[in-house]
Amino acid sequence: MATEQSTTDLLPPAPRRRALRCATAGSVDDGKSTLLGRLLLDAKAIMTDQLEHVEEASRRRGYARTDLALVTDGLRAEREQGITIDVAWRYFATPARRFVLADAPGHVQYTRNMVTAASRADVAIVLVDVRHGLVEQTRRHLFVTRLLGVAAIAVVVNKMDHVGYAYDVFAKVREDISSYLAALPLPGPIPEVTFFPVSALVGDNVVERSSATPWYDGPTLLSYLEGLDVEERASRGPARFAVQWVIRPQNETHPDYRGYAGRVLSGALRKGDAVTVWPAGLHSTIVRLETFDGDLALAPAGTALTVHLAGDHDVGRGDLISVDGEAQPTLSREIEADLAWVHPSQANVGVPYLLKHGTREVRAVLGAIVHVYDVATGAHTSGASGGLTMNGIARVQLRTADPVPVDAFATRRETGSFLLLDPASGATLAAGMVRS
Amino acid sequence: MTLTRGHLSSLEDEAIFILREVVATRARPVLLFSAGKDSIVLLHLAVKAFRPARLPLAIMHVDTGHNFPEVLAFRDARLAEVGEPLVVASVQKSIDDGRVVEERGPRASRNRLQSVTLLDAIAAHKFDAAFGGARRDEDRARAKERIISLRDEFGQWEPKNQRPELWELYNTHVRGAEHLRVFPLSNWTELDIWEYVRRERLAVPSIYFAHTREVFARDGLLYAATSAVTRLPGEVPIEAEVRFRTVGDMTCTGAIRSSARTLEEILRETATATVTERGATRADDKIGEAAMEDRKREGYF
Repeated sequence: MATEQSTTDLLPPAPRRRALRCATAGSVDDGKSTLLGRLLLDAKAIMTDQLEHVEEASRRRGYARTDLALVTDGLRAEREQGITIDVAWRYFATPARRFVLADAPGHVQYTRNMVTAASRADVAIVLVDVRHGLVEQTRRHLFVTRLLGVAAIAVVVNKMDHVGYAYDVFAKVREDISSYLAALPLPGPIPEVTFFPVSALVGDNVVERSSATPWYDGPTLLSYLEGLDVEERASRGPARFAVQWVIRPQNETHPDYRGYAGRVLSGALRKGDAVTVWPAGLHSTIVRLETFDGDLALAPAGTALTVHLAGDHDVGRGDLISVDGEAQPTLSREIEADLAWVHPSQANVGVPYLLKHGTREVRAVLGAIVHVYDVATGAHTSGASGGLTMNGIARVQLRTADPVPVDAFATRRETGSFLLLDPASGATLAAGMVRS
Repeated sequence: MTLTRGHLSSLEDEAIFILREVVATRARPVLLFSAGKDSIVLLHLAVKAFRPARLPLAIMHVDTGHNFPEVLAFRDARLAEVGEPLVVASVQKSIDDGRVVEERGPRASRNRLQSVTLLDAIAAHKFDAAFGGARRDEDRARAKERIISLRDEFGQWEPKNQRPELWELYNTHVRGAEHLRVFPLSNWTELDIWEYVRRERLAVPSIYFAHTREVFARDGLLYAATSAVTRLPGEVPIEAEVRFRTVGDMTCTGAIRSSARTLEEILRETATATVTERGATRADDKIGEAAMEDRKREGYF
C-alpha cells in the first residue's frame, strides 16, 4: 500500500486524516449563509473569481450587500428565485484539516435534503437564532440529525450580538435543546452535543475567539471542527464486508484466480480470520487481502480491496462477510424500520418495492405503517391516517422475499441502512433505518 | 497498527467502490478519457479496481479535432500501456455528417458541439453508464450534482429532479434509453488530484508543466497561438512561459503564466492559488452565470 508521505520536504504531505464531513442546517434567516461565508472566506476557500462572480450577481439583483448564499446556490432556478433547492457540496481546507460541507436548504423539501446531507455526515452544524431559541425548524433539524444517527452535533447559537452577549439567554437555549434531544423517542446513544455562542456577522467564536463572551471558555467553531475525532468509529465493532464484484481473469497467468472485490463497510478484516458469508451462512477463512499496491495483513473500515477465501464456494455480488467470534448480523425477512420518504409518490402498504441493502437488492413489501412521526416534535402521531408521503418519516414493518443480513442502525449505520426503490422506474423512494 | 486510511486513501477507496458498483450493475459502462489529469486519475483507479482482469468497461475519447498534439500522443501512449482499446468519438465526423454545425468567427469553439457527439456515441454503442472525471469543486452547477447522475432518454440533466443520494447506497437503475453519468472523483479537489498524482507517480501530459509557448491574450486569458484559433486584429502572439491548469479544446482552454516545471512546484502553486482552475482557464464558463448548468442540461460531461 502506498503511504501518504511526501517524497520531498518542500511541501507538507497530504493529511493523514480523511476530510471531516459536515452537514449544515438552518435557513438564511438564521444567518447560515453568513456563517458559511465566514468559514469559507476566513479559510480562504472562496477564490477571487468566485467572489467577483457573487458580487456581480448580487449587484445585478439589486441587493445592498454581497449575498454569500450565491456561492453555493449554483442552479439557475435557485438564483432566479433566491432560494436553495438542493444540497450543495463545498470543499475547504485549513492547515489542520480538510472539510466537506453538505449544505441542506432550510425550507424547500427540507426533510429530504437534510436526510441526504446527514446520511454521510460526521457532524451536523445546526444554526439557532438566539432571539427565537428552539423553534419548530430547529426541532426538525435536531430530529432528523438524531434519526440519522449523526455522531456529533455542533449547535451554533447565532446572533449573540442582538442579545448583548448575555450568558443567561445562551444558557436557556442550551438547556432547551439538550432536554429536547434527550427526550426524543429514538434508539441509540445521544450524540455529543456542543454549543457555541456566535455572531456570524461580527465573527465572534467562528474562526476568531470573541472578547464579547468572557464567560465562554470553549473552542471556536472552527477549532472544534479541526479537532473532532470521528474517523475510527467505523473501524471499531464487528467487521462487515460487502462483495461487489467477482474478479475472474481466466487467463494464462491467472487460470484459477477468484477474488471477491468489495469494501470493508465497518470493523476490520485480518488475514487468517474465520468468516461467515451471508445470507448463505457459508464458513471459510480469509487467505489473502489483496490490493493493487500489495497484500494487507489488516484492512480497516473503508478499505476497497479483493478478498480471497479458502476453498471453493459460491460467493458473489450481494453477499456480506462477517468475522466469526464477533457480533453477527441478524438474518431476517421481517424488518421493523424507520423510513424517510423522499419521493413525490405515496407509500403503499402491500405494494412490492425493491430493497437495497449493502450490495444486495431484494423484493420487499410494506407490511404496515406502525406510526408516523411528527417531525417538528418527534412525537408519534397515532395510526397512519395521513399515510406516508414526501418528507414524511414513519416506523414501518417490511417483509422481504429473501432473508437479509441486517444490523440495528443504532449500532451499525453501514449495515443498518437501506433504500427502497421503485422496481418499475428505478426511482429512490425512501431511506430506511433498521430498528429491529 | 493504524485503523485509519488517511485522506488520499479514503478518496481512492470511495472512487474504487463507485466504479465497482456501477460496473457490477450496468450492462455497458464506458470511461471517458481525455488524457487530462482527472481522467488520468480515473483510469488509474479503474485499473486498481479490476486488475488482474481486463477492464470490464470501454474507454472513449471525445475528440474535438482541436486537441493539443502533446495530449493526443500521451493518450495513445497511456492506452497502450494499459493494454486496452480506445473508442474515439469525433466531433469532426459529427460536423461532416451534418449532426452539428461548426460555429463561425474568431471565437468559434467546438466545445459545445461535443455534447452531441458524446450523446450520439453513447446511443450508438448502447452505453448505459459513462464515467467522467468531473469534480464538485470545479463549478457551482457541478457542486449540486449527484455522484451517480441520471440522464433522460434525450441525455438531459434535470437538476431540480435528482435522486437523493443516501449513505453509500448508490442507485444505479436506469429505464429504457436513460443512462447514468458517474463521477467517482466528485469529492476530490484540484489539490487532491495533484497530491494523488504525486503519491501514485502518475505521468501527465507535458503541457501541465511550465514551458515556453507562443500565446496571445484575449478576454483576460492566454491562448495558444495555433491554426485552430483565428486571431482578431491586434491579437499579436508573444512568447511566454506558461502552463495549462486544465486540458481541453485549444479553442477555449487558456494557459496561465507559470514557472512551475515540476510536480512539487505545481502542488505549491495549486495550494496557494486564488482563482479556480476553470476561472483561470476556461472561456466556456465565462459566458454566463449558469454556463456549465446549461451545457450539462444538454448532455455535456
